[in-house]
Amino acid sequence: MIDIYNVTRVYQIGSEKVYALNKACVHIYPGEFVSIIGPSGSGKSTLINIIGCLDTADSGTYMLDGIPIEDYTEDELAEIRNHKIGFVFQNFNLINKLTAEENVELPLIYQKVPKAERRERVAQALERVNLGKRAKHLPTELSGGQQQRVAIARAIVTRPSLILADEPTGNLDSTTTNEIMDIFHELHDQGNTIVLITHDDEIARQASRVVHILDGKLSEVSL
Amino acid sequence: MIQSFRMAMKSIAGNKFRAFLTMLGIIIGVMALVVLVSLVNGATGTVTDTISSLGTDLLTVSVEDDKGSPITLDTLDEWMDEDGIGEIAPVGTTSATGKYGSTSSTVTVYGTTPAYQSINALTLLLGRFVKSSDVDNHTNVCIINEAAATNLIGYTDCLGAEISLDGMKFTVVGVLEDDDDSLTSLFTSDSMVAYIPYTTLMRLSSTVSSEITSFYVSAEADSDMDTAETAMTLLLMERFEEDEDAFTVSSQDVLEDAMSSITSILSVLLGGIAAISLIVGGIGIMNIMLVTVTERTREIGIRKAIGASRRVILQQFLLESVVLCMIGCAIGVFLSWTILQVVSTVVSSLSLTFTMSWNVVAIAIAFCFFIGVVFGLYPANKAAKLPPIEALHYGG
Repeated sequence: MIDIYNVTRVYQIGSEKVYALNKACVHIYPGEFVSIIGPSGSGKSTLINIIGCLDTADSGTYMLDGIPIEDYTEDELAEIRNHKIGFVFQNFNLINKLTAEENVELPLIYQKVPKAERRERVAQALERVNLGKRAKHLPTELSGGQQQRVAIARAIVTRPSLILADEPTGNLDSTTTNEIMDIFHELHDQGNTIVLITHDDEIARQASRVVHILDGKLSEVSL
Repeated sequence: MIQSFRMAMKSIAGNKFRAFLTMLGIIIGVMALVVLVSLVNGATGTVTDTISSLGTDLLTVSVEDDKGSPITLDTLDEWMDEDGIGEIAPVGTTSATGKYGSTSSTVTVYGTTPAYQSINALTLLLGRFVKSSDVDNHTNVCIINEAAATNLIGYTDCLGAEISLDGMKFTVVGVLEDDDDSLTSLFTSDSMVAYIPYTTLMRLSSTVSSEITSFYVSAEADSDMDTAETAMTLLLMERFEEDEDAFTVSSQDVLEDAMSSITSILSVLLGGIAAISLIVGGIGIMNIMLVTVTERTREIGIRKAIGASRRVILQQFLLESVVLCMIGCAIGVFLSWTILQVVSTVVSSLSLTFTMSWNVVAIAIAFCFFIGVVFGLYPANKAAKLPPIEALHYGG
């Protein structure tokens, strides 16, 4: 599913070279629920950006679903993000001017899905995160947990092969954290591949496999 | 596309006051363009209508140098038989002191032949015009206009009255109806005019002789003025040793052409000035679009993260700028229409009509669209090129 081999990403800060990722290798199989844990500055974000096709590696290979992700143009990467990846962010990243429904609909519009089908899939996705009744609300009218659930609905509405969650519970209290984690477990049980990034051991431990990241290097941890 | 359009509308509606201020430049530009050009066109239409209503069916010929072969009444008679030429009437002018009883005043006296009446489409109120026998016999008859009748004699029903012009006695045989639309009335309103046989004028005035230097020509009934002009020019060239400086042939078309070229230059000029204000409005739009792109950097990042390609983002922002321009344009056109209606009502007494010219509206719309695209392109491109990660983490 995900095959990262010897991926290096270097940032030039002033005259100094900073290795955000240093020959990182990781394999993730379909249907897995993997959490990546590490302190801040460890390269977590860079890794998820590369997995999420928001960024490309300087060297090494990255295969997603058997497709090598290299040398793609920005537009081709956009299409891969659109079709294969569902993002859930720490700060939800919903568009505040659009209602919950419209936010969820957006990736389908980019996929040029016909309107009738769009409406149906949006309703299904919102129903799945128990927000059917909040479809017409603006993000500002929703609680943090509800906003994150809208974000999850937006991530799953395209039926992506991979759901990437970047500290999805970082901004939530423990009750809502549990709600969100329950949704992830459900999604996992339904066969979705989930990669979750966190710095919280508690959360990380809920995944079926935990990968540690430190100073740009990955190591498997068995719990 | 429809979806992007709806998004653009939503984003504009999200900040109505700013959108309105942004559009103001375009609104004023469109108003300037449409109103000014329509006003010029309206005025032009009225003026050219007036000119053409004066009749474009006569040529004025004047001879500067007769090269030793002067034109006489007989020559004109011969020329009247030529193809393409209708009638020819000689004109001699002098100014004379007209007297009737104790009143006296200056009268413009024209000496001519019967053809003059039909060429100039003069209408008689009473009596008759100059007859061929009058020309042959140098009779002392005159035809005066209404102004002369009322001012000099005191009443219009004055057939048979005897007036004196520079001491010579003339019998009034006809009174002409004042034609408000005629060229003469336009330039010499209320002036007193008397028409007498050409031969009689030769005796009255020392400057008018049998050598005719000025005459009017009309076209044949089934032919047009251009044919007459060509025929007349040919005849004159032949007579005056192919010297085109010896004479001038002018038609009122020339006047009309000059008028319309002046006004078209005027509308291009005014349109140009208005176009500049539209461009200034466009710069305002660009400015606001750039602000919008910065403000919405995160939104762009989110859209990109969930799969919006550069093209989609470019299209979204470009459409927003074009929609902004087109709404401004629509408001501008509507306000222009209102202004023109008001102006037309206010000046309706001047018999001027100002209608919105649809050509200008079409130009304004095309121009606004163009401005929307040109000034939207840079901000939209800037938005499209934002790197997704940086955009996503911008300000948050």
